[in-house]
Amino acid sequence: MTDKAVIEAKGVNLVFETNDGPVQALKDVNLTVGKGEFVSFIGPSGCGKTTLLRAIAALETPTGGTLTVNGMSPDAARKARAYGYVFQAAGLYPWRTIAGNVKLPLEIMGFSKTDQDERVRKVLSLVELDGFGAKFPWQLSGGMQQRASIARALAFDADILLMDEPFGALDEIVRDRLNEELLKLWAQTEKTIGFVTHSIPEAVYLSTKIVVMSPRPGRITDIIESTLPRERPLDIRDTPEFLAISHRVRDGLRAGHSYDV
Amino acid sequence: MNRVLPILTVVAVIVALWYAATVWMNAPWVRDQAARAGQEVTTSQLVRETLNQERPVLPAPHQVIAELWKGVSGQAVTSKRSLVYHAWITVSATLLGFAIGAGLGILLAIGIVHNRAMDLSVMPWAIASQTIPILAIAPMIIVVLNSVGVQGLIPKAIISAYLSFFPVVVGMVKGFRSPDRMQLDLLKTYSASQSQTFWKLRWPSSAPYLFASLKVAVAASLVGAIVGEMPTGAVAGLGARLLSGSYYGQTIQIWSTLFMAALVAAALVAIVGGIERVTLKRMGMAR
Repeated sequence: MTDKAVIEAKGVNLVFETNDGPVQALKDVNLTVGKGEFVSFIGPSGCGKTTLLRAIAALETPTGGTLTVNGMSPDAARKARAYGYVFQAAGLYPWRTIAGNVKLPLEIMGFSKTDQDERVRKVLSLVELDGFGAKFPWQLSGGMQQRASIARALAFDADILLMDEPFGALDEIVRDRLNEELLKLWAQTEKTIGFVTHSIPEAVYLSTKIVVMSPRPGRITDIIESTLPRERPLDIRDTPEFLAISHRVRDGLRAGHSYDV
Repeated sequence: MNRVLPILTVVAVIVALWYAATVWMNAPWVRDQAARAGQEVTTSQLVRETLNQERPVLPAPHQVIAELWKGVSGQAVTSKRSLVYHAWITVSATLLGFAIGAGLGILLAIGIVHNRAMDLSVMPWAIASQTIPILAIAPMIIVVLNSVGVQGLIPKAIISAYLSFFPVVVGMVKGFRSPDRMQLDLLKTYSASQSQTFWKLRWPSSAPYLFASLKVAVAASLVGAIVGEMPTGAVAGLGARLLSGSYYGQTIQIWSTLFMAALVAAALVAIVGGIERVTLKRMGMAR
């Protein structure tokens, strides 16, 4: 499956200088993500999972070690449009229509007008929002808004999709449905996905690789290669195999003292 | 009706207090006159006379309204006795000053948001500029500009702009900084340039702040234009009208001009408010 590493971290450290002194957000992180993998980062707040994702996106700069994306520095990868980023909130512009919002990165990156329209049509149908292009964000439900923000991240055809708790603010029923759709979308587009989450079932259901992280200092305690097939109906979550992986994730969290509050 | 009733109650109370004050403040003059003539004044006579003096200390509401009505509809709007004529002179300076002030305010805010040196240096000066009494600086602006041959509308507009740029700077700095961290990070992931970030995110996000500060600025512009008419010996405009009223003790004229200024200010603020409602609704940002 992995012939060439898309994301590679070797001994990555990241220290934030705060008024209360330095905080070690990431300590000695080693990770290799191959092309087409779906990697989840799971752990309690403060374990550095979001920081790691932001470092991959060049929104934070590691203070030590090497981090490469597509064989380049994260900064160069960003300029080469290597990834699309989805935040926890949809963050659509209220003054733009859904199509206008999806067009935003295309305008900034200078795609031609006809290309823009074609791409918007394509990605909106990919997230099953055909016909909603002319609507304004407030006319859509929270789940649909988040789908639009995923469409926006897909619009410029980056190979990597980075998602920071994209469904964290949604209720569980909507979340289940979007998880299912995300898997379908991943199968169709064959993108490499980095996905930050708080939820063990979500991580196990979605991922081919689960990175378990622990706080103080933020570090990786376990990396689990999922044995589940790529084709995953929702009721796969009741199988013994699924429960065994969930159990291992929980063990990894416990080993990192994530349950000691 | 639920909304009109409280407003009418307050207006009625104000009018009643005003009438009471009119009688009380104008009474000494009436008593004085009676004493000189060796007459006694009854209470009803006192009330009637205090409310209808030609040059009262405080004119009664009906006198002010009558004068206002006469000024607005009593003659052709081109007449020098028409309040509409004077109001237009002032409004033209107000609008020019407002345009200069708002434009300058927005430009300064852009500079402050994008340039650290300006961020640290401009705001203290802007605040200092507003602590100088406008009445002190207005004559100097007029004298200086007059010496270089600029007269008439422009000096008044500059004084008006001097008052109106400040609320726009303060509001727009806040507005341009209103997009949250996530919004800015999103544009960073697209490697957007500063000008793209400005036009696509900061400028539209600042719309609610823009209109809030423009409402304050347009009212300040009017004050600036009126003040600008006072030390110039201007012959036209609401400020000139106020000044000539005070020279000749025409208190009714002063009060009716003040009311005219208040009406103009209300109209200007209402126009900005109307544009605000339409724009924010179209932008999906209506409250």
